[in-house]
Amino acid sequence: MRFDNAYFNLGYLDTLSYKNTFIHRLDPRTKLSATVLFIVTVVSFPKYEVKGLFPFFLFPVLLFSLGDIPVRFIVKKVLLVSFFAFFIGIFNPVLDRQPMQIFYGATVSGGWVSFVSIMLKFFLTITSALLLIATTSFPGICRALRKFCVPDIFISQLLFLYRYIFVLAEETMKVVRARDMRSFGNKGKGMTAFTGIIGTLFLRTVERAERIYQAMLSRGFSGKLHAVKPFCFKATDAAFLAIVFAVLYLFRMHDIVGIVGRFSSRIF
Amino acid sequence: MHMADALLSPAVGATFWAGTLGTIAYCSKKLKENPDEKLIPLMGVLGAFIFAAQMINFTVPGTGSSGHLGGGMILAIILGPYAAFIVMASVLTVQAFFFADGGLLALGCNIWNLGIYPCFIAYPLIYKPLTQSGSTPKKLAIAALISCVVALQLGAFSVVLETFLSGRSELAFSTFVILMQPIHLGIGLVEGFVTAGVINFVKAARPEILESVTSARPLSADISIKNVFAGLLVVALLTGGMLSWFASADPDGLEWSIEKAFGRPELDEEEVGMAPVLKKIQKKTAFLPDYNFKTDNQESDKDKKTWPSAEAGTSVSGILGSLMVLSLIILIGIVIRIFRKNKT
Repeated sequence: MRFDNAYFNLGYLDTLSYKNTFIHRLDPRTKLSATVLFIVTVVSFPKYEVKGLFPFFLFPVLLFSLGDIPVRFIVKKVLLVSFFAFFIGIFNPVLDRQPMQIFYGATVSGGWVSFVSIMLKFFLTITSALLLIATTSFPGICRALRKFCVPDIFISQLLFLYRYIFVLAEETMKVVRARDMRSFGNKGKGMTAFTGIIGTLFLRTVERAERIYQAMLSRGFSGKLHAVKPFCFKATDAAFLAIVFAVLYLFRMHDIVGIVGRFSSRIF
Repeated sequence: MHMADALLSPAVGATFWAGTLGTIAYCSKKLKENPDEKLIPLMGVLGAFIFAAQMINFTVPGTGSSGHLGGGMILAIILGPYAAFIVMASVLTVQAFFFADGGLLALGCNIWNLGIYPCFIAYPLIYKPLTQSGSTPKKLAIAALISCVVALQLGAFSVVLETFLSGRSELAFSTFVILMQPIHLGIGLVEGFVTAGVINFVKAARPEILESVTSARPLSADISIKNVFAGLLVVALLTGGMLSWFASADPDGLEWSIEKAFGRPELDEEEVGMAPVLKKIQKKTAFLPDYNFKTDNQESDKDKKTWPSAEAGTSVSGILGSLMVLSLIILIGIVIRIFRKNKT
């Protein structure tokens, strides 16, 4: 039932974006720029950086709690896709055995350090991308992209695609269910049946596109899609962006963990 | 396989984003030159179709494992390269947002790997010439098979190249190539068979779809290929330039990064061009100088002498600091949650 799962996940992420919290009310442009800034900052850390990445967890935690986003749902999604980064990263401990750090007698090789660094970066960047979509609707992001001068054709393509994913996914679900009922184990799920399914689905899709086009024409379509919802970049947005920028800068340029560590070791 | 943010360096990610955005802009311009309103809904719905089709699994013969469709080649054959590239880019964008395939920085690379090669290399250079002189189902199948394999091989090689250039993974270039190419040969063959099957199915059921779509958009092949190669060259030069800018700071990347590991202030000689400027700003904005810079300088001097047995004081404060920072962050999250719950 992987198909149904994927489909329902898609819908759930979409419903999350209709909440009404402080984070959701921010201008999509603000959130998009802040997220991109965040990702670039995190990725810009060198290969063996581990503790410098810890302060950055503040951002996802704040977005989770302020945006009222279920942590478990997002984390599960992140873990599901961590395969590739894990697969590539796990070679680091194997290949890089240079001793690097000694914790009270236990030696840690450079490979493990860089592996942990890769996984931390992976978690931070992927979570922030998912949080962006969970706090900003996909059409919102598209509108932001349009304001950032991404070509019109690509934007209308994204909006169209998004609108029809749900329609086509439901149709596909029916076809997949029909195939599952007629197949036994792996028998009947081979490539021949698959090509047939895809072909039929394709024909239905084209016919649907023709109907949609006629419907659009009769409603006065002239080659451009218009958005109704106006944008407003408010003072809160400016403040949010400024704070994000300042904090990212601090976290990147200063050894926060070291400062806190020294500070607290003086207290204790 | 999707490239991931965590394996990328900003320079490589940004370079591929630049290439991808440039290609999107170029394709949009091309599509605007001979506008076909009918194409807009068709592209949109076909994008959704590819998206849905990718979610259906099928059994790969002989292995018992299951595969799914990529779809780049089907799109290129049906829509022509420009529209196909836009559709592929949109599908990957939605996947990056909703399924977190790779991440936003890596999206540029992913669109490049899965869009450029089928649309601008395999389609015009392989599929088109092979099917030009009349097309029997067999001919179509062979052409689709070869172009899918080539496109996927190039894509896989790109992933290796991007990972290698970013320098986050320890895998040697040749090992990674040997690992990736055979896997993607298999994937390419499967993709090729499916593509051929679908194209032949559509051709048998409604041949006018294929004919009308492909003949309506004659491919000015020589121009596009020239542009693509020019684009590739620019990207190669850019990457090379940016990398040397980053790398020239140190002759031996590995040792240099090890030295910079735990317990030392990050960012010393990493960015040659920017470093002095940044350092100046950093010094100006330094807060708590007693806890930060003075001690850091002393410690890093000590580190150099005693390395690799890292100084105990540094690692204690490092661990303590990490724990404090993380628990503080979690605490903030919990407090906000409780506060919100009480409010509602």
